[in-house]
Amino acid sequence: MSSKGRIGVYICHCGLNIAEVMNVNSIVEYTASLPNVFITRDYRYVCSDPGQALIKNDIKENDLDRIVVASCSPRMHETTFRRVLEEADLNPYMLEMVNIREQCSWVHIGEPEKATEKAKSLIRMAVVRTTLLKPLKMEEVTTLHSVMIIGGGIAGLQAALDLANQNHKVFLVEKEPSVGGHMAQLDKTFPTMDCSICIFAPKMVDAGKNSNITLLTYSEVQEVSGIVGNFHVKIRKKPRFVDQIKCVGCGICATKCPVKCTSKFDVGLGVRKAIYVPFPQAIPLVYTIDKKHCLYFTKNVCKICEKFCEADAIDFNQELEIIELDVGAIIVATGFDCYDPSELGEYGYGTFSNIVTSLQMERLMNASGPTGGKILRQSDREKPKRIAFIQCVGSRDKRTGNVHCSNACCLNSIKLARQIKEKHPESEVYVFYNDIRAFGRRFEEFYSKAREDWVNFIKGIPSEIKEDPLTKNLIIFAEDVLSGYLLEVEVDLVVLAVGMIPPESAKELSRILHIPRGTDGFFLEAHPKLRPVGTNTAGIFLAGACQGPKEIPESIAQGKAAASSVANLLFTGKVMIESMIASIDQDLCIGCGLCEESCPYVAIILADRKASLEEALCKGCGTCGSLCPEHAITMKHFTDKQVKAQILAAFER
Amino acid sequence: MTEDFEPQILAFTCNWCSYAGADLAGGSRIQYPTNIRIIRLMCSGRVDSLFILEAFRHGADGVLVTGCHLGDCHYVTGNMFTEFRVNLTKQALETVGLEPERLRLEWISASEGEKFARVVKEMVDGIRKIGKNPLRS
Amino acid sequence: MDLRKKNVLVIGGGVCGIQSSLDLADMGFNVYLVEKEPSIGGHMAQLDKTFPTLDCSACILTPKMVDVARHPNINLLTYSEITNISKGDRFNVTILRKPRYVEEEKCTGCGICTEHCPIEVASEFEMKLSTRKAIYVPFPQAIPLVFTIDKEHCITCGLCEKMCEAGAINYDQKPINMSVKVESIIVATGFNSFDARKSGEYGYGRYDNVVTGLEFERLLSAGGPFGGHLARLSDGKIPKRIAFIQCVGSRDEKSGNLNCSRVCCMYSTKQAVLAKEHVPGVDIQIFYSDIRAFGKGFEEFYRRSENEFGVKFIRGFVSEILEDPDTKNLLLRVEDTETEELIDREFDIVVLSTGLWPRNDIELMEKTLNISRSNDGFFAPAELQLSSVIATTSGIYIAGAAEGPKDIPDSISQASAAAMKASISSVRTHIGGITDD
Repeated sequence: MSSKGRIGVYICHCGLNIAEVMNVNSIVEYTASLPNVFITRDYRYVCSDPGQALIKNDIKENDLDRIVVASCSPRMHETTFRRVLEEADLNPYMLEMVNIREQCSWVHIGEPEKATEKAKSLIRMAVVRTTLLKPLKMEEVTTLHSVMIIGGGIAGLQAALDLANQNHKVFLVEKEPSVGGHMAQLDKTFPTMDCSICIFAPKMVDAGKNSNITLLTYSEVQEVSGIVGNFHVKIRKKPRFVDQIKCVGCGICATKCPVKCTSKFDVGLGVRKAIYVPFPQAIPLVYTIDKKHCLYFTKNVCKICEKFCEADAIDFNQELEIIELDVGAIIVATGFDCYDPSELGEYGYGTFSNIVTSLQMERLMNASGPTGGKILRQSDREKPKRIAFIQCVGSRDKRTGNVHCSNACCLNSIKLARQIKEKHPESEVYVFYNDIRAFGRRFEEFYSKAREDWVNFIKGIPSEIKEDPLTKNLIIFAEDVLSGYLLEVEVDLVVLAVGMIPPESAKELSRILHIPRGTDGFFLEAHPKLRPVGTNTAGIFLAGACQGPKEIPESIAQGKAAASSVANLLFTGKVMIESMIASIDQDLCIGCGLCEESCPYVAIILADRKASLEEALCKGCGTCGSLCPEHAITMKHFTDKQVKAQILAAFER
Repeated sequence: MTEDFEPQILAFTCNWCSYAGADLAGGSRIQYPTNIRIIRLMCSGRVDSLFILEAFRHGADGVLVTGCHLGDCHYVTGNMFTEFRVNLTKQALETVGLEPERLRLEWISASEGEKFARVVKEMVDGIRKIGKNPLRS
Repeated sequence: MDLRKKNVLVIGGGVCGIQSSLDLADMGFNVYLVEKEPSIGGHMAQLDKTFPTLDCSACILTPKMVDVARHPNINLLTYSEITNISKGDRFNVTILRKPRYVEEEKCTGCGICTEHCPIEVASEFEMKLSTRKAIYVPFPQAIPLVFTIDKEHCITCGLCEKMCEAGAINYDQKPINMSVKVESIIVATGFNSFDARKSGEYGYGRYDNVVTGLEFERLLSAGGPFGGHLARLSDGKIPKRIAFIQCVGSRDEKSGNLNCSRVCCMYSTKQAVLAKEHVPGVDIQIFYSDIRAFGKGFEEFYRRSENEFGVKFIRGFVSEILEDPDTKNLLLRVEDTETEELIDREFDIVVLSTGLWPRNDIELMEKTLNISRSNDGFFAPAELQLSSVIATTSGIYIAGAAEGPKDIPDSISQASAAAMKASISSVRTHIGGITDD
């Protein structure tokens, strides 16, 4: 047997995806002529069961020791084919995939000849590289049976409850003083018209009581290191200035506190005190002092809360605490932010007093909201008789940078419109829209019902809103695209259906967790079909609107799905990790320390002028290897020799 | 010199961002010229200057190095070293009489399929104008 | 706790049932996956590409199917049906294993039988646009790769038996009833496409070149009747003008379904883009009432199809289709709702974007399972808002399109969600004190 091995090359037609563009026969013929290639085969779908069986059979029958599969992207099927090798008792790293679909046939549709030539040279590069491959050992590590979930909205809570009920330890990190997220702010849910907090609060209470769940509210993730199964996490627990264990939630502090400030929970429409819980059903029911407004912190006076607190829970000296955790997996469920329409000059939000966002409207509708459930105008506290909704504010709009559809606004506005009609059947309600996207279960019927209730739906997004300076009424200018008429509609209140955008924290979190975001700014799933809640980093999962705008049932389904993925991962208590890491030849090392400096994982330590590697910490980026002036560092599976051979083969004829 | 020839371009991509970006170009069927050959590494930080020089020595008309955007590197800081190294290598190219424009560094994320295709197109057009690598046999 | 003693039944081997099974099996449960067709795969196996990424459907599905076949914790029971379920402390399930007349253990899937079989039958998998033999696998990547004799058409000529080297043919195979006890059940029985014959004004079934969405999918597919080269059914000519009519059997009082089917806007957009790829320059017009591009990446894809691929979207209602008897071209009478004009337009192919309906056998399933359905005909969740995967009988979970129209990612999320719920309910007795659901 040749020392450089016996290679089997498998060329996939991928139905017609590959075969339609290039000449597979010519590729097969060429490949068979390459040195060390023992068998060349083409097959309709190499990834299918018979395709895989073909490879396994060849390995056994023909004693193949290296395999090249020319098909789709290795990001699609590298694991599939590695397993095929493993099942045929061949080291899984003796595989090389050639991407002749995503990076060849699909991008050179009109150039069959050139694409065929390109495929040949890509295969040539792979075959040469394959002759230099070395078997690597897969490392098995034990996993911790604990999970960190970031975000305590509906998706995060659902995942937490599911995992806790399966007896996993859950740490739920929430940046606000209470769990609840956006769902706690909503008045009703569509299309069921359930009272949102009524169906949600029991879940929040469950999460608070469950002995497997540790709530870390008013806390933020600062740092994450480690790998799947063994993440090390640092969390910043912000000072509440109230002792969480002592506080009984009686609320006397807030009653006595003299400082009023605007409530974030009521989206700026209501007031709260400087010591507060965001909403009455808050979990944990522990008060928090808002340092920015508290008189003691700003003017060194007052301390009334401390005086009245019978539990002696006020602690002005509380400090920021860093909590360190070890967890086996992480779920990101950080949700969304509402688009801020102030930047859209034509609507005058922020300038005209009687324009609110849809989230503000939720609070105006809510019995425990700033108006006690009465719909009132900001300008004169009068009940508006004519109300208009404007859809797609900050969605489907290039100018705002948000091309995506926000998924829930159509139905949400219809819900609000129907609520208005229920409360005040005599009101005139208009909805200005692009398309009504009533796609979910019972949505269409919900939409029809609104039309039967005489909600006016006008296809056309307004170009401008003007305010009558006397009455503070608003005049909407729009084109009804169905009739072609230019409309001027005077209303008392305008509701802007603001879209969902990635939360401000997404960028920072993306950096901390090393998980990428899409062009829309939301976190990118590992695969839109196969792994909608996975990420490219093993052990980190996504749930809910942080992956893209979503309504409640879908967020819940994703919360459960992410929980299921975590449960699968942690079930055996073991996980296999890649062994593509660096290795240092200490005889060659001159102790310059460049590698130590370059390693972000502190995996290399210089001692006695020799670098040594802590293998468990190395993630295999290879940066150290390319910096080493003495070439003392070998990056396994991407060695200098292997890469150079590929380069050389690229320009061979 | 605008000699009619087919530039040979070698590209290095990282596994996480730019390779996925190239895949996305495929998924979206965004077409680009066939002149490019991609070598996948785990991180653009692995791109040794020697790899680049080796490519030119063997006749590459252009070399494209791609990675995650700065700050988005899957390995935190790997691409910062890439940037530094590519700049140094450009200087090295000049000293041996090769146009530094033959070497290009681009940050391409997993969602920028369109950008990947555009960069390849631009590069092929650019190299066509510069002409053949004189080291090419 | 030893989960291997815990059994879970998954009904339906489409992408949703596959995902639920894999999740549960990975958690260590013993899974019975029951599929009534000879192969798992469901509707997703019939699709050419998936929206909005244009991924090849088979390429992402078949590896999952292979995973099912080789998972030690999954008992794959294809060509089988649930005939009875009774509830004691656990569910007692009776499963009818229909005779394949081919012994599963012996068949190697070589296909020599099918080569020699003289009988051609319209292929269900190909939407009857092409044929299969009386001994067949529904599609080449079938799991399990075991042939099945279609008794209704088989003439018992004995050729397959003679040719089969493995001795797998057994004309005397009898149906077998097996019974299993399971802790919980996941219903993932999927949907049926709307029968477009019911919308008589579009002439489906009468006009050769009026096809349904699923049929057009097969026309686009490499494995399809024209080998992936898009052509008309009447004369095999390459079409120059294609129309899509949206909301056929959805949002339509006449058809009896007021609901939106959720996927048709995007699958038509996808098919339009693919058709443009197959036949550069083909004129494509989509007649719609609202374009519901609501999911991740959908709006962006919709815009691209319009701006980059030149697909035309026309908000209008097609009242009638007439066929030119000579050319077999189709004349559409369209009311453009944006201009209120009545216009007649001629096309070579018309695709009806048929909606997703409850399975034809859903009433029978409803009785067997003893769970409720909603007024839209799909299985009803106990509670729509918070627990859409929990059926009205405890211990039974619903996932995917059995619960209502759904796209692939949503089906997969729900599949995992149902698996999570089933796993919690199955281990409940071991940890106690659970307050969820």
